[in-house]
Amino acid sequence: MVAETIKAQTKDLNFFYGPLQVLKKINVSIPEKQVTALIGPSGCGKTTLLRCFNRMHDLYPHNRYEGEIILFPENSNIISPEMDPIEIRMRISMVFQKPNPFPKSIYENVAYGLRVRGVRDKSLLDEKVEKSLKDAALWDEVRDRIHGLAFDLSGGQQQRLCIARALATDPEIILFDEPTSALDPIATSKIEELIEELKNRVTILIVTHNMQQAARISDRTGFIMLGELVEFDKTEKIFTAPSEKLTEEYITGRFG
Amino acid sequence: MEDLKKRIRANKLRNYLFLIIGLLATLVGLLLLCTLLIDLALDGASRLSMKFLLSFPSRFPEQAGILSAWVGSFLVLLVTALAAIPLGVATGIYLEEYGKKNWLTDIIEINIANLAGVPSIVYGLLALGLFVYFLKLGESILTGGLTLALLILPTVIMATREAIRAIPNSIREASYALGATKWQTVQWHIIPYSTGGILTGIIIGLSRAIGETAPIITVGALTFIAFLPSPPLTPEFPYFSFQWLMDPFTVMPIQMFNWVSRPQKEFQLNAAAAGLILMAMTLLMNGLAVYLRYKFRKRVKW
Repeated sequence: MVAETIKAQTKDLNFFYGPLQVLKKINVSIPEKQVTALIGPSGCGKTTLLRCFNRMHDLYPHNRYEGEIILFPENSNIISPEMDPIEIRMRISMVFQKPNPFPKSIYENVAYGLRVRGVRDKSLLDEKVEKSLKDAALWDEVRDRIHGLAFDLSGGQQQRLCIARALATDPEIILFDEPTSALDPIATSKIEELIEELKNRVTILIVTHNMQQAARISDRTGFIMLGELVEFDKTEKIFTAPSEKLTEEYITGRFG
Repeated sequence: MEDLKKRIRANKLRNYLFLIIGLLATLVGLLLLCTLLIDLALDGASRLSMKFLLSFPSRFPEQAGILSAWVGSFLVLLVTALAAIPLGVATGIYLEEYGKKNWLTDIIEINIANLAGVPSIVYGLLALGLFVYFLKLGESILTGGLTLALLILPTVIMATREAIRAIPNSIREASYALGATKWQTVQWHIIPYSTGGILTGIIIGLSRAIGETAPIITVGALTFIAFLPSPPLTPEFPYFSFQWLMDPFTVMPIQMFNWVSRPQKEFQLNAAAAGLILMAMTLLMNGLAVYLRYKFRKRVKW
C-alpha cells in the first residue's frame, strides 16, 4: 500500500459570522484522490467548513477566518488574506446543493469556466465540453442537443451538468455540498457512482446529511457537531467502531 | 345543520358582494379611459391625415400640423434614452452587485426612491439652472433630453435593481465558484438575465417622458416652431452633424397645450387629433414593454 498524500489540511480553523463562532478549532486532513465526507446534524457547520475551502464566505460581509487551510503540494494557505480567492476558486471547484445551471445552453454551461479563463479556441472548447460531459456520464443523454437549454434537463441531469461544469477546468479538488439532497433515489445513485469514478483523478470533499451515502462512497468521514470536529477517521472505522460516544449515538440515529 | 347552511349562505353573499364592488371599481377606470379615447377620436379623427403629420403649425387651423412637434418629441426622447439608459443601468448594477451595504448606500437608496416622487416641474427648474444657465446648453433639444433623462433616471435605476434582484443568488455563486470576477459575472449573467426587466423599466420611463410638459416648458421649449432641427447627415465631409442637438424645439404635449389655449374651435380639433397620436405613441410603447417582458420571461425563468 502506497503512503497517501495529503492534498489539503486545516490547522486550528476557526470561522466567525459576525460575533458568532461557527467553526471551532477544526483540524482535518484531506487525502489526495480520495473521497472525504463531512456528516453531522443540520446547522452543525459542515457546509460552512466546506465553503471555507473555496473562500465562498468572502462573497458576503461579516465573515472572518482564523487559522490555516494548507493546500499541498506548494504549502499555500487558502484562507490567508494574501491569497486571491479567484485563484483558489479556479483550482478548487464546487457543486451545490440544488442544481444551479445557468439559463444558457448545455454547451455554454460546461464551457463557462474555460471562458472565464479566457479560452476562445472553438475546437479546444468543443473537445473539453465533450470530455467533461462524458466524465459526468451525461454525454450519451445530451449529445444531440448540447446547444439546447440546460433548464430543459431533469433535476438529476442538471446536477450532472453542474458536475461537468466543475470538471471542465481540471480542478485539483471538487467540493460537493449535499449534491443529492434535491434528487430522487435513482438520480442519487447515478451521482454516487459518478463520484466514485471521479476520485481516481480528483480529490473530493463532500458534505452530506445522508449517513448511508457517506458510508457508501467515502474513504474518510468527519463527524461535526456544534462547530466542532468530534471525530475524523477512515469511514469504515467511523461506521463500525467509532471512538467517540457522540459519534456512535449519531450514526445509530439516537439524535439527528 | 341549518345554522351551518345559513352561515355558508351569508359567506357566499359577502363573496358576491365584493365581486360586484371589484368589478365596478375596475370598470370605472376602464370606462373613463375609453370615454377619453372616444371623445378625443370624435373630435380629432376628422383632422387625422398624412398632411396633419407632415405640416408645420400655422395660423390657419386647417393648415396646421404636428411635424415639428413629433420630430421634436422623437429627438428629445432619443437624447433622453441615450443619457438615462447607461447612467441608470450602471447605477442599478453598482448598487445591487458592487455597493457594500452601509449607511452611505442606504442614504443613496432612500434618495433615489425620493427622487422618483419629485414633481416634474422641480426637475424643470433644476435643469433650467444647471443646463441652460450654468452649462450654457441653451433652450435646445440637448437640454430638453437631459432634463427628461433626469426625470426618468430613478425609474430606470429602480427597474434595473428589481430585475437584478430577481436573479437567484445560486446563479451568482455558480459563477463565482468557477473563478469569475464580479465584472465577468455581471457581463455574462446579471445583465443578460435582467435585460427584460430593465427594458420594460426603460420603456415605461420613456413613455412617461414623452407626455411630460411642465419641465420642457420650464427649460424654454418653443410653443410655435415652423422649421425642423438641422439634419444629422450632411452632404459635405464629415457627413454628419450634431448641430441638431443645439437647435430649438417643441414637443407633442406643448403643441397640444398651445392649441388648447387658442379661442378658435378648429384649433381644439387639432389638439384632439394630436392627443390621439400622443396616446397612440404611449400605448404602443407600453405594449412593447409588455411584449418584451413576456418574451424575456419565456427565455429566462427561475
